[in-house]
Amino acid sequence: MGKAYKYGENVNTDVIIPARYLNIADPEELAAHAMEDIDKGFAKTVRQGDIIVAGKNFGSGSSREHAPLVLKTIGVKAVVAPTFARIFYRNAFNIGLPILESQEASEKIDAGDEISVDFKSGRIRNKTKKESYQAEPFPEFMTALIENGGLVNYVKRSGGRTDGKTKEQEL
Amino acid sequence: METEKQNDTEKGAESVAGASEEQPDRADKPKRPPMTMTQKILAARASLDHVKPGQFIEANLDVVLANDITGPVAIREFEKMGKKRVFDRTKIVLVPDHFTPNKDIKAAEQAKELRDFAKEQKIVHYFEVGAMGIEHALLPEKGLTVAGDVIIGADSHTCTYGALGAFATGVGSTDMAAGMATGKAWFKVPAAIRFELTGQLGKWVSGKDVILHIIGMIGVDGALYKSMEFMGPGLENLPMDDRFTMANMAIEAGAKNGIFAVDERTRAYMRSHRSKTMEKQAHTYAADADAEYEETFVVDLAEIKPTVSFPHLPDNTKTIDQVGDVAIDQAVIGSCTNGRLDDMVIAAKILKGRRVADGVRCIIIPGTQQVYLDCVKLGYAETFIKAGAVFSTPTCGPCLGGHMGILAAGERAVSTTNRNFVGRMGHVDSEVCLASPAVAAASAVAGKLADPEAVFKSKKRPIRIGKDISKKNKGDRNGKSV
Repeated sequence: MGKAYKYGENVNTDVIIPARYLNIADPEELAAHAMEDIDKGFAKTVRQGDIIVAGKNFGSGSSREHAPLVLKTIGVKAVVAPTFARIFYRNAFNIGLPILESQEASEKIDAGDEISVDFKSGRIRNKTKKESYQAEPFPEFMTALIENGGLVNYVKRSGGRTDGKTKEQEL
Repeated sequence: METEKQNDTEKGAESVAGASEEQPDRADKPKRPPMTMTQKILAARASLDHVKPGQFIEANLDVVLANDITGPVAIREFEKMGKKRVFDRTKIVLVPDHFTPNKDIKAAEQAKELRDFAKEQKIVHYFEVGAMGIEHALLPEKGLTVAGDVIIGADSHTCTYGALGAFATGVGSTDMAAGMATGKAWFKVPAAIRFELTGQLGKWVSGKDVILHIIGMIGVDGALYKSMEFMGPGLENLPMDDRFTMANMAIEAGAKNGIFAVDERTRAYMRSHRSKTMEKQAHTYAADADAEYEETFVVDLAEIKPTVSFPHLPDNTKTIDQVGDVAIDQAVIGSCTNGRLDDMVIAAKILKGRRVADGVRCIIIPGTQQVYLDCVKLGYAETFIKAGAVFSTPTCGPCLGGHMGILAAGERAVSTTNRNFVGRMGHVDSEVCLASPAVAAASAVAGKLADPEAVFKSKKRPIRIGKDISKKNKGDRNGKSV
């Protein structure tokens, strides 16, 4: 259970983590600047388990993996939006930040609502409003990636494949 | 440069271009489903007969690219994967271009991390400051990207190489690390939008105006997860540098990739830009006549006007006749979008004999050392300096608010770069208007957003600095210029 932070459409990676901080290598230090160009209070008030709810095309712009990484590092449990920019989408899965696509949840959840998310079923529950919303199910491929703990572990376990199939599965 | 090197002999060109045209299927072979250009490349590099949108595949990679921002993160992930060596030391390309020449100590540490890794792994295509250019201007120039390649880069503007008929897409550092380790990457096969180009660009109108027009039309997520495929009779008159600019900004419409049909201009470019250090084999793929496109837009190039994207999204466009009185503090001409020779030619044409308006900083950054050298040889460097502009060594610098031209609160820049997000070029309360080199140069002279034709017609103003050093200096002994 966590509190919702609400943002608009096209939240881009330059505001999630501005480029002027990209010379910082330490994720904790970097995370202190998360979202500061659109929400100065975010990094100070966000708690472990909170979620971000936003409009369409979340994570547009740069390929910087620092963007999902700072959100994960600072404690964001999931990001909910109608759509995600594709590089952010890949990066989030690769590093293990859960993201959920739901138009309804994006519209109905207000800032401060108490939200819980079941990733397996894609069910998003709004305790404050006593509502629940269904997110798009993850493709099977993505589920496997999450279950294996991200792409790094995948490559390690599958002997040099990037598509999540083990040698046996291919046969 | 294209024209400069076209005299290259045809011999040897075959190994790069034209050798592998797509062969028609044999008549007795069952017909496979139709595919787009992108789908054909992905099918070929995944060793599949065909692919369809939504399908997850694993493709072999021809180039794996990173820079000084994304590279160090990728290197740390690579090390976690337990691999000792990269899959092929000739196919990894590392370009320290974002915060270089090192802007501060932390940037220097990151650049060093990239350099040390390149040394340790004996990476062939590591480009040190001095050889370095802005990655997406540099790789095609060095012949490292050709038609039919599958390219991933830990930089969102990797889609630039689609101008050559390659599948090229931006990824994050972990994907880049997996690519370095395995030589492979997973992809979800994209659906596509077709852009049928007709007509010919008017005076002072370039690929930048076309792509800003298109993004304004379809929106910043108009091509989300999809390919943007450019084809049609309009290609005949569209130079390669304009195509690079257009493919470069496909990501600003949310696209997975932008790709151009391969034609004689593409082949000529590949012939005159050959790599001696990376084995390349071009493969050209045309879209099937009955390939499925979710949408088709016909774009008459003759109707495009100089176009400006206002803050804070690239799709917030107006044509130059609609912009009104918008004062600027800075003009930036360069970047992976517009740092090529054709861009410098246009800027020089407008700035020659004119001067940057009082109170305006004009910063010109050629994309590569070759473009820089060409600017020196062709006299553009002198034109820029005499006009009162800064002429810099290649760097991404100000585009992403790194260095070399950061904006203060309340300041506004016109820039040939690719993003005008909140705080992109500096202070969170600064603004960026995106435009072509012609509009940026004209605006630098006018001190406000300006129509290139109006500025070009205007009376030339005396130059600001510089003396003819060949003549004896009779005047000021302190060397003050007037």
